[in-house]
Amino acid sequence: MRRARCWLAAVLLALSTNLAAAGETITIACSALGRELELCREGAQAWAQATGNQVRLVPVPNSASERLALFQQMLAAQATDIDVFQLDVVWSGILAAHLVDLTAFAGDALREHLPATLAGAKARGRLVALPWYADVGVLYYRKDLLEKYNAPVPQTWRELADTARRIQAAERASDARLWGLVFQGRAYEGLTCNALEWIASRGGGNIVAVDGKPQADDAAARSALREAATWINDISPPGVLNYAEEEARALFQSGHAVFMRNWPYAWALANAQDSPVRGRVGIAALPAGDDTGQHVGTLGGGQLSVSRYSPRASTAASLVVYLTSAAEQKRRALTGGYNPTIARLYTDPEVLAANPFFAMLQPLIEHAVARPSGSVGTRYNQVSAKIWSAVHRALTHQQSADAALQELQRDLERLRRVGRW
Amino acid sequence: MVSRARKYGFAWFDRVSSNAWMLLAPLLLALTLAAGWPLARSIWLSLTDASLAGAEPARFVGLRNYLAYADGIWFGVLADPDWWRAVLNTLLFTIVSVSLEGLLGVGIALVLNAQFPGRALVRAAVLVPWAVPTIVSAKMWSWMLNDQFGIVNEVLLRVGAIQTPLAWTADPLLSMVTVVIVDVWKTTPFVALLVLAALQMIPRSVFEAARVDGANPLQQFWYLTLPLIRPALWVAVVFRALDALRVFDLIYVLTPNSAETMSMSSYARQQAIDFQDLGYGSAASTLLFAVMALSIAVIMVAGRVRLTQGAVSQ
Repeated sequence: MRRARCWLAAVLLALSTNLAAAGETITIACSALGRELELCREGAQAWAQATGNQVRLVPVPNSASERLALFQQMLAAQATDIDVFQLDVVWSGILAAHLVDLTAFAGDALREHLPATLAGAKARGRLVALPWYADVGVLYYRKDLLEKYNAPVPQTWRELADTARRIQAAERASDARLWGLVFQGRAYEGLTCNALEWIASRGGGNIVAVDGKPQADDAAARSALREAATWINDISPPGVLNYAEEEARALFQSGHAVFMRNWPYAWALANAQDSPVRGRVGIAALPAGDDTGQHVGTLGGGQLSVSRYSPRASTAASLVVYLTSAAEQKRRALTGGYNPTIARLYTDPEVLAANPFFAMLQPLIEHAVARPSGSVGTRYNQVSAKIWSAVHRALTHQQSADAALQELQRDLERLRRVGRW
Repeated sequence: MVSRARKYGFAWFDRVSSNAWMLLAPLLLALTLAAGWPLARSIWLSLTDASLAGAEPARFVGLRNYLAYADGIWFGVLADPDWWRAVLNTLLFTIVSVSLEGLLGVGIALVLNAQFPGRALVRAAVLVPWAVPTIVSAKMWSWMLNDQFGIVNEVLLRVGAIQTPLAWTADPLLSMVTVVIVDVWKTTPFVALLVLAALQMIPRSVFEAARVDGANPLQQFWYLTLPLIRPALWVAVVFRALDALRVFDLIYVLTPNSAETMSMSSYARQQAIDFQDLGYGSAASTLLFAVMALSIAVIMVAGRVRLTQGAVSQ
């Protein structure tokens, strides 16, 4: 039955792409981070060969905020140069007005995607993107150090802090620079992701409710932020307040940290040939807030969209459908370690053989906390900036956690009235 | 000038001025296109609700982006505490960094003006920080200042100047200091170069006469060198102040998004690009332009006053 459906999908895909095949050139802007450009090129070229079209790749800046700035300027100018854009999961609301509704092109394949990833692709009731890969915050730990000190993988943040402190104190004799925990503490999008995890792990909301009402100042958020502020200079280096993903990984991968919060991409790198901690790294769900809390990571990931100003929109949509299909996502999981957004690939034996920890990731992705991009429309970046600066003020002890959250709540309420979301 | 105009009559004057206008025309046109048009456009945009997010054309909204009152709350750039913080940050950065650059620049120029073997090589070497693009040097510094494996902390720890590594770019108390240090490192050569040029214009006979009169080196510096290089130093300071008031790239690379170091330019960019609010961002840019114009006017007036005072006392 499943196989039959697969064939049907393949035939439909071939038909739809054949109809569009008039030898057009589709320009796609994909990320050039790590192996992404190579994977994107291989996938796009396979589509081009199958359909008789051509593809042109445009590498874009590595920094997400610079990428968004570039896309916004191109789309605001209604440029026709780029047909397909690779978007971050929180950009749907910001760019929605410039993007094609893909519902009609996606067809039945839509039902296969994990609901959480699909929710991120929708804005104001329109499907403005198709999910391409998923990302979720996870905890990395040093297996060897936990074994040496007979410590279990921490189940709560408090336990993590205790374990980190214990190992750090004992190991400082041999490595004066060892720290317990590194995460993304710079005032930027990554800190918003980290903070949402701390709050959600205590059963808190995600700062802006689904109806758009700000709810930053609740008990879960207060206790989460208070606890995180105690880590700095205790189990986390003071410099963590200016660390993004790569700075945190640099410290962990060089063997100077016991725990690290990061995205799944760090797994392959931490276990690469030249990694000093190769084979000594474990991966787990992030700790829960307390005994009644939950293990939760923030949802991230990539999706593909078609520009409304593209004169070749239907051909471009067929490329997007191809690249986000199960077959292509499987190839990306096997060769690049990217997490699929298609549920059944998480039970695929080949995928699991190549990435054993994917089995653990699926429930995490399904229950991931989403950033409030869906409820604030085009204002997400502004909201996120308010969140990360409030959290940063609390972590740097310029304000108490309670005061920072009260100010955040006031700022968001004010912003909501100006921004009308 | 007046006597000449009288001598040759108005015909000559008209011919000269129309010739002058003709010769100036290409330059004026280029200036209008390169500076006037973008400025006028950004002022116009600041009066609209232009946005990068919407597909609709921008509407005129008057001064709402600057200041507006609705439902008991003040809105607009002028009512945003973040903006005022950015203004203070920028002024602080400008005053401290330009003063340090002036002092160090004069010092370095005096050394470079002295006769010593290998002078040409040292002069060229001093210019290197100025020649490196800001983005490159800022990235380089951000790795050197890394709290865990940066070389700056390593050296300071080795010599015992600090006990624990400092988080140069993350510590809210240190980040502005860090930005100033890197800026001083980068732009002192520029000031030194201008001052050195002025120093080389001073005839040696002036100093010989002073020596004959029995002036000690300190007096020579205070009463001769300083007044004589003051015009050049002032040009350098005005240039540097203009640059420092619109500082962006250094901060963007070294301490992105940090409220402690956000400059007026960073604020304008964040609003216009990150937050898609082109109109609001343009209002911030226009205010930045106003603050710069005002600051430069103050510096120019201060400079002229001190220059004339200097002339009187001589």
